[in-house]
Amino acid sequence: MQAVPQNWYLLLSTFMFCIGVMGVLLRRNAIIILMCIELMLNAVNLLLVSFSSYAGNAEGQVFVFFIMVVAAAEVAVGLALLVSIYRNVASTDIDILSKMKW
Amino acid sequence: MVISQFIFYTLAAFTLLSSLFVVFSKNPIYSVLWLIVCFFTIAGHFVMLNAQFLAVVHIIVYSGAIMVLFLFTVMLLNLNKETEPHKPTLLKFGAVIAGGALFLIVIAAMRSGMPAPYVAPQMSEVGYVKNIGMKLYKDYTLPFEVASILFLSAMIGSVVLAKKERS
Repeated sequence: MQAVPQNWYLLLSTFMFCIGVMGVLLRRNAIIILMCIELMLNAVNLLLVSFSSYAGNAEGQVFVFFIMVVAAAEVAVGLALLVSIYRNVASTDIDILSKMKW
Repeated sequence: MVISQFIFYTLAAFTLLSSLFVVFSKNPIYSVLWLIVCFFTIAGHFVMLNAQFLAVVHIIVYSGAIMVLFLFTVMLLNLNKETEPHKPTLLKFGAVIAGGALFLIVIAAMRSGMPAPYVAPQMSEVGYVKNIGMKLYKDYTLPFEVASILFLSAMIGSVVLAKKERS
């Protein structure tokens, strides 16, 4: 079943994580930044599942389950914040929201 | 064996391409749609890793709930046009270089500790619903219940945040 060496999973999830980091740095739309955070979380999930499956240990998959729970809560709160920000400043550009920047 | 390798490479190519499209497409709607493709390919990876329970949960939670939330927000805020102002080119180059440097550093750090490219001899059954359920309800009962409290607080918090304030 598992004919692929695990190094490929390591490479794949590292690459996905770096794409997510690049998206966070590159884009200015807050929604896209949230999506890139989801991308990074998924890269970590994939890595955990591959380790758990190759080592024959179920704990990693339980951790992935909890990461999914936290990601769902995070997205709900983040999008609610985004809606209220949009209602106040009529934009989701993060460069406008620089009041807490020193 | 060759077939599963072929499936892995195809899925990996789709995953990487769709995540690149998420970052680089101009229209937020297209970004959301590519992210859905990316999540489906990751669910495929979970199936290939014999984690059926997580694959199903991934499709339900991510492609079902989270992406609907994203799509609704993008359409509700009327962001489906190309209104996004662009960063200066220098900052773009900086972001791409920073991402690439991070990739190189992580790969270089992993190179010494990489596991030997071994192939698991037998099908592991840890990802089946039965085993995960036993683990979840025997050893991780308290975190499971705490997660429900987290969900409750997230639900109340998002309703409070998104509610229109009366002036």
